[in-house]
Amino acid sequence: MSITKKRLAPIHSSRPLLFVLPAAILFLIFYMVPAFLTLRYSLTRWDGYSPDVEFVGLQNYQTLITADPVFTSTVSNSLRFMLVVVVFQTLFSLILGLMLVRNTKTGVALRTLYFFPTILSSISVGLIWLFMYDPFFGLINYIFREVGLTTFQPSWLGNEKIALYSLAATQVWFHTGQMMVVYVAGLQQIPQELYEAASVDGANAWRKFVSITWPLLLPTTILVMAYTTLQSFRAFELVWSMTQGGPGGSTEILPTLIYRTGMLNLNVGLATAQSVVFMLLIFSVFWIQRRAVKLTT
Amino acid sequence: MPRVVKALILTFVALLIAAPVYVVIVSTFKTNAELFENPSGLPASWSFANYSRLFVESNISQNFANSVIVTAVSVTAALILASLASFGITRLMRVSGLLLFGFFIVGLAIPAQVNIIPIFLFFKSLGLTNSLVGLIIINVVTTLPISVFILTTFFRQLPSDMFESAAMDGAGYLRQYFSIALPLSAPAMSATAIFLLVIVWNDLLYPLLLITEESKRTLPLALLAYQGEFFADYTMIFTGVLVASAPMVILYIALQRFFIAGLTSGAVKG
Repeated sequence: MSITKKRLAPIHSSRPLLFVLPAAILFLIFYMVPAFLTLRYSLTRWDGYSPDVEFVGLQNYQTLITADPVFTSTVSNSLRFMLVVVVFQTLFSLILGLMLVRNTKTGVALRTLYFFPTILSSISVGLIWLFMYDPFFGLINYIFREVGLTTFQPSWLGNEKIALYSLAATQVWFHTGQMMVVYVAGLQQIPQELYEAASVDGANAWRKFVSITWPLLLPTTILVMAYTTLQSFRAFELVWSMTQGGPGGSTEILPTLIYRTGMLNLNVGLATAQSVVFMLLIFSVFWIQRRAVKLTT
Repeated sequence: MPRVVKALILTFVALLIAAPVYVVIVSTFKTNAELFENPSGLPASWSFANYSRLFVESNISQNFANSVIVTAVSVTAALILASLASFGITRLMRVSGLLLFGFFIVGLAIPAQVNIIPIFLFFKSLGLTNSLVGLIIINVVTTLPISVFILTTFFRQLPSDMFESAAMDGAGYLRQYFSIALPLSAPAMSATAIFLLVIVWNDLLYPLLLITEESKRTLPLALLAYQGEFFADYTMIFTGVLVASAPMVILYIALQRFFIAGLTSGAVKG
């Protein structure tokens, strides 16, 4: 029956192509062309305005790798920011997901509250936390004063040693709820019978976590970490709205450096070379993460 | 884990999320002096002075209107284009469908932040900077990959028998799209719509890149400017934050479950 039906259906028609074309053409022109231009401009020296574009081969890449301390420290900032956010956001979202996995009234209400920051814009979150971290007027130092820590009044965003981690804490505040929901979805798919069987065998809670929950959550964990990695590599808006890369370049991450180099310092060749390296960095981190998570089971 | 410990942790996290939000809301009714003296207290009198000042001293109504136009048009256009493309992809023969699908999905692997400089230069050469149209175009193309991904995954799950028997009854592709694919995909379309709505409404990067004229600013770009215009004037800044966030907050409260599902499906699939 189904075979005859398939024969009658017009399987060789290419008319559905017409449905794809509008999106495909728009995407090709406005997405793929700039992506291609990134590669091309990275081989040039150009200010983005003058008519003469000088082809310089791989010179920009050579500069970045061998003779650019700002780029090196920016890559290091990006990696540290990403690492801190991935570790804490994954850990916290897993713990909260485990606590709120059941669809009780309190569970749903708390999940809704924890998820809330996700719907705010980065600039709003940035402005809110600019106040929270304000050394004189901010809520955090106010709380420290109220509990008697009158001498512990750090300049959270003004101190080069801690500014990057203050931003990382804000990023974790911003997105942990979203990843918690992803974990809840993953946890709810684990069959309850497995836990019941383990109980019969006398397994304790930790044992159950190690031998059932963690291995079965592996795809979810890979997903959460990959998403968080990309999200923290792309934290341009949060950084730009809170510190603009300062103080002293201590919170400069790759997208803010690319913006600065290309848009403010008008060095298009170098900025696009930074972009290409950024891209390669994202791919290699993904690859390492996948291997690392799989090794834990 | 003992119940008490669990309750303590959950309460602490709840406070961690709610405290900054609470401070923002009450501060919009306070003076800066009140805020600095006691950030957590309620205002002495509930005054709307900050709101009236914001509407007089800034262009927030214009910014708000720009944001509404850009978001509404971008999300609608992205949904129409993505659903047409996804339908086409699933009705094409296997290989060509997969190839076209892959073409869009490349976009998920290349974060758009990588290409900001060429995007700016390219849009400038086409006269699309300082234009809401330019902003709409970039929003649409950068959200196409995730939308096509979600919707194609969904259309693939629909039994193809349905389309085949409709074709036997003489329904063309357009008819199949409008009377079968679209109605059945309402849940996937609304999840995608919510995901795009939040992304586009909150976007700061592309307005920062493409817009310099004050009259073309969207809300996030206006908020960024407040940092300088209302320097350390936190009650004014918070009033701006509240006005800019209000539409999403209201929608979130009204449609909690759909919001969480929509934003998660975007995350899971992106």
